[in-house]
Amino acid sequence: MNSQKTQTSSGGPAIKNVPDSQGRFGDFGRRFVPETLMYALEELTTEYEKAIADPEFQATLSGLLKTYVGRESPLYFAERLTEHCEGAQIYFKREDLNHTGAHKINNTIGQALLTLRMGKKRVIAETGAGQHGVATATACARFGLECVVYMGEEDIRRQKLNVFNMKTMGAEVRPVTTGSRTLRDAINDAFRDWMSSVETTHYIVGSVVGPHPFPMMVRDFQSVIGEETRRQCMDTINRLPDEIIACVGGGSNSAGMFYPFVEDADVKLTGVEAGGRGPDPGDHASTITYGNKGILHGSHSFVLQDEDGQTMDVHSISAGLDYPGVGPEHAYWNESGRVEYVSITDEEALNAFQTMATLEGILPAIESSHAIAQALKAASKRNSDDVIVVCLSGRGDKDVNEVARLLGKDI
Amino acid sequence: MSELTPIANKFQELKKQNQMAFMPFITCGDPDMEMTLSLIRELSSKGVDLIEVGFPYSDPIADGPVIQASYTRSLNKGLHVQDIFDGVATLDRKLTAPLVAMVAFSIIYRIGVEKFLENASDSGFCGLIIPDLPGDEAEEMAEKVKEYHLDLVQLVAPTTPVHRVKKILKSATGFLYCIAVAGTTGARSELPEELNQQLEDLKKLTDLPLAIGFGISKPEHVEKLRGKGDGIIVGSAIVKHLENISADSESRTQVIQKIGLMAEELAQACHQ
Repeated sequence: MNSQKTQTSSGGPAIKNVPDSQGRFGDFGRRFVPETLMYALEELTTEYEKAIADPEFQATLSGLLKTYVGRESPLYFAERLTEHCEGAQIYFKREDLNHTGAHKINNTIGQALLTLRMGKKRVIAETGAGQHGVATATACARFGLECVVYMGEEDIRRQKLNVFNMKTMGAEVRPVTTGSRTLRDAINDAFRDWMSSVETTHYIVGSVVGPHPFPMMVRDFQSVIGEETRRQCMDTINRLPDEIIACVGGGSNSAGMFYPFVEDADVKLTGVEAGGRGPDPGDHASTITYGNKGILHGSHSFVLQDEDGQTMDVHSISAGLDYPGVGPEHAYWNESGRVEYVSITDEEALNAFQTMATLEGILPAIESSHAIAQALKAASKRNSDDVIVVCLSGRGDKDVNEVARLLGKDI
Repeated sequence: MSELTPIANKFQELKKQNQMAFMPFITCGDPDMEMTLSLIRELSSKGVDLIEVGFPYSDPIADGPVIQASYTRSLNKGLHVQDIFDGVATLDRKLTAPLVAMVAFSIIYRIGVEKFLENASDSGFCGLIIPDLPGDEAEEMAEKVKEYHLDLVQLVAPTTPVHRVKKILKSATGFLYCIAVAGTTGARSELPEELNQQLEDLKKLTDLPLAIGFGISKPEHVEKLRGKGDGIIVGSAIVKHLENISADSESRTQVIQKIGLMAEELAQACHQ
């Protein structure tokens, strides 16, 4: 590997030119899946690499991102939130303004185009809160692909609106009744489907998790977030920001936001994990903060598991961060010291949600509210020349029922 | 190569008599290790050739609903990996068929490769099948298992092209686990037509015995595979019987008897 290395503040090297051909981000990543899927992953890697090198594919993708998704998304200066913190200037990268209301569509459009290119007619996906499911159903409707979304029975109950939307767009939502009946089990069932359908079906993984090439591919499709942010910063403040903050569940919005800045050592990158009710096992989903190195869903990364390697239950107020693993590139960034990972509790996120609503007139997704909570802390400690950019990964309409319930209010 | 491993030895004996191997699979700790050990004794007494012992895992993506449910029951009862080693170590070696551990790499990695292999070897396992450790990642493991006199059984699927088979064969020992159907574990009524061709192709590439699993459940399947493969693996069809204990619809003795009868029938079909 001949790419240039960046010394980070804590001394560890982090490079952009990862993963290698084996899917390694440092020691993380790779492919730990049943042999039945291995050839499909090899093929997918080859096809993906051909596609991104093809100007026609790139032109189609950027055309759709512009006219269908609504990119580029604005970089917005949050004046009142900045005043409120009495510190650094806070900007938001408005992924909440994308079609379907979150960053997830950047990836599903890319992978749906890849599906067409591979001549496959059927798509499967997993979803937790339903955002990736909706984004996948959307892309499949747009391109006339058959779509099956695996969703935990428990999540189906909690996210009725998203389930209705997926079905309306022609997707089949298959309830997952095994294990914890949430995202992690939905991923298991999507993999099981893929074991028997791999020759005709593409699995649109929704985050930077899973076996190679998914962590790389999803990061690349999401990197449009960071690339635009970089350009927009140069245009508006004539320099790069001092800090970028994004929430981390599996880690797709943060990976897409951070990646273009990895070799800019002066830009501090902060990933925010779901701290839930506190640090006790089962009370949070802070995989890097409290987890161990392990294998889950086909890659080597950090995992919340017990001493036998069994995956543990997790909790977060946010269904989108409620995952016991994290993308291998985040594990790599953590190990190299390039990104600092912190944890924000349910309560802090809920407070940030309200602050954002009242001061800025924006209802953020409860996932993004974790990043906002961290930004409020960080901004107050910085001076007014500093600039913080927060990835506002999604809008909060989907969360209002849950927020109302937690605040003890009726809708 | 020094002396034969118990697995290699077993296949050599069977080959001399022109017989196929019958390898039942059972899950550990469903509903507890006492039952698992009783089943291993029963199966051994019915003339099975090897026993695959499934280590329950929370996220088994290669397994169909029957084995998943059994793993979940077992983990809910609080089974730990050490309980499996402790239990298996109490078995009478002379009366027990060689045991092969079917275990997720997630578990091995977390416990530590060296420590896991040492415990597996000390407690009496002869080999390992690691379904989420494909050939690409298995070379290092293949070296390590040799130090502990264990075989590393590797899997090939209907979707495995020749270049991958060659890679897999570099680190495979004991036997080659041939997955009959693209999909998860679980009984199927018919076996795919392509299977015979797949087995013929594999024979040209290796002298390792070929054992066929996934979807195999009955003596008719054995008939179809006679002369084409060297052994069969039956899992879900056996594990299904364990559901009845948790559902309180059958006693442990009844379940042991049923599984014993099924194993006897399949072992006889294989040994004809």
